[in-house]
Formats: sequence, C-alpha cells, structure tokens
Amino acid sequence: MTLLELFWSFFQIGLFSIGGGYAAMPLIQHQVVEQNPWLTMTQFADIITIAEMTPGPIAINSATFVGIRVAGIPGALAATAGCVVPSCLIVTLLAYVYYHFRGLAAVQGVLGGLRPAVVAMIASAGAGLLLLAFYGESAWPEDPGSFNRVNAVLFAAGLLALRRWRVSPVCVMAGTGLAGLLLYLAL
Amino acid sequence: MLRGKEKYKTLFWSAFQLSACTFGGGYVIIPLMRKKFVQKLHWIGEEEMLDLTAIAQSSPGAIAVNASILVGYQVAGVIGALMTMLGSVLPPLLIISVISLFYQAFRDNAVVSMVMLGMQAGVAAVICDVVWSMGSEIFRRKQALPIAVLFAVFAAVYFLDANIILVILACGMLGAADAAVRGRKRRPIGEKKEEARS
Repeated sequence: MTLLELFWSFFQIGLFSIGGGYAAMPLIQHQVVEQNPWLTMTQFADIITIAEMTPGPIAINSATFVGIRVAGIPGALAATAGCVVPSCLIVTLLAYVYYHFRGLAAVQGVLGGLRPAVVAMIASAGAGLLLLAFYGESAWPEDPGSFNRVNAVLFAAGLLALRRWRVSPVCVMAGTGLAGLLLYLAL
Repeated sequence: MLRGKEKYKTLFWSAFQLSACTFGGGYVIIPLMRKKFVQKLHWIGEEEMLDLTAIAQSSPGAIAVNASILVGYQVAGVIGALMTMLGSVLPPLLIISVISLFYQAFRDNAVVSMVMLGMQAGVAAVICDVVWSMGSEIFRRKQALPIAVLFAVFAAVYFLDANIILVILACGMLGAADAAVRGRKRRPIGEKKEEARS
C-alpha cells in the first residue's frame, strides 16, 4: 500500500513539474511534507541541499531519498519509477511526432523560432550558475566583496581548457573540483 | 554505426556516465550530450540537439531524463529510449541510496563542500562554453529574427522570470508565422538549412 502511495505521489510530481528542477521543488514539498507525513521540513531542506551537491535531477534525488526512508529499497524504486513514468510516456510520444513531422515547412518554422529561445534559456541558467560560482548565491549579490577569487581562476582555467584544448566537460568539472579542494585546503 | 546489442549497451553506458556527471541542474546535461552524441558518436545533428532540448524543456519531468529519452529514441527507438532512461536514472538512484545512510555527515563534510565549491566553477565554465558555441552558430547566420529572439528570451527568462511554457509557445508561433510569411514571399525556406539526418 505504501509502495503504491509512493508511486502515485511521485507520479504526480513527475507529471506536473514542467520547466526544470526548481519548478518541481514546491510540488515535492507539498507531496512529501504536507500531503504525506514522510519528511519533516528540516529533512526536506536537507534533501534539497544534498540534491544540489550530488548529480541528477532534484525530483529523482528526493524520490530515492523519501522512498528509502519510508519503505527501504523497494520504496526507492517505486517512488523513482513513479517519477519517470510520465516523462517516458509523454516524451516518447513527442519524439515520435517530432521525427515524423519535422520535415514540414510549418514545423521547421516552429523549430526555427525555438532554437534561439533554447540557447537563451541555457544562457539564463548559466548566468545563475556563474553568479553561484563567484558569489555563492544565484541572485545578484548585495555584497560585491564576497567575490570568490579562487573560483574565478578555476572558471577561467576551465573555460580555456574547454575552448582552446577541447577538453571534455566531465574532465573539466572533475578537475576544477579537485583543484578547488587543493586550493581551499592550502589557503 | 553500431548495431543491436552493442548500440543499446553504448546508449545505456553513455547515459549513465553523463547522468553521473550532471551537477548543477538539468541543463548541464546538454553540453555533455552534445560532446558525446553530436561531436563524438555523430548520432545526433547540431540543430537536432537544440530541437530535442526544446522538447525536453517543455515536457513534464526532469530535463536531463527527458533529453536522455529523446536521444535514445532517436538512435534506437523505444528500446533505445528505455536504455537511456534507465542509464540516466540509475546514478542518482544509487548515489542517493548510499548517501541516505549517512546524509548528515555527508552534508556537513568540509572536504565534500570544498570539492563542490570548486566544481561550481567548472559547471559554470561548461555552460558558458556551450552557450558560446551555440550562440555564435546563431549569430553567424546574420538573420535578425533569431538574434532578436535570443536577446528577448534571455531578458524575459532571466530578468522577468517569465513562464518557460509561455515563452516556448510564443517563440514557436513566431517561428511559424515567420515561415508562413517567407513562404508567401516565395523565398526559398532552404536558407533555414534542412539538416540531413546521417
């Protein structure tokens, strides 16, 4: 019964969270803190922190975390499955539509309008991540003195490695993590 | 191109590796996928990747999982989509399962937070790099409308916190209207460059 509840709760989260991780957060909070007695607000804040520190989508991370606390490994599997089933169905359908109709002039027009928009959205997410890396918060900092020089150097080195030497993004992220550890330990 | 089982295996492990490295939010998987599937394996076209990102972004669920499903579907149909979905879901599932055993210690660990802080710089560099590449692709065509859309959408999303779905709908309609006007003027749509699937 609990497994079914977990599946159903995260199914709704998966179905209604459109537009990325931060859009999903209030939905997750509603389902696991308010609707069901699965997490306290403090535990919820903890899982958001951990979700930011680990790879993977916030919805999947919290599904696994909540599932395991409520019903062990089967719980984690049920919650995670609930979370991705809506994606699987809807995205596969859209993929089918895209590959069948993208040759049409009208569809080409729509896609032509969307491409620059997508780049702009990635740029917008990037601006937030840049501020986060430099100032520790993704909004404009009130105190410009909090500028993190070590991270600025790591960023410049990372960008140079990517553009100049075509180093793979994964290596750049791992490299800046390791270099960050050494620099912050040394300073 | 690989066939059958080999292809499924490559899809699964590629998605697994990329997902394991998607720190800092769903968009980070786009540069990773571009490197792997567009530039290395040549399974997805450059513009196709942008289209798939638009679909992933406007569908419910996590962008990283949606984008993985789309790439898997394109390369090897429904089974391919299943492979990349599993590959992208397993790393967070495994990592959080392990961390949930000692999550307070993990959260408060100084070494972990130093690595994470340094990685934020790397993640920002990865996103800047992909915006630079994709953006210059759009500027190179020297068409006024896409460039205007690029700036307008950035302003709307970043400064005004506009609803993503509405932005996508508006840009799609604008693109369709633009294509209709061009069609009536009997200008060849060919300059939009039909990307050929390899």
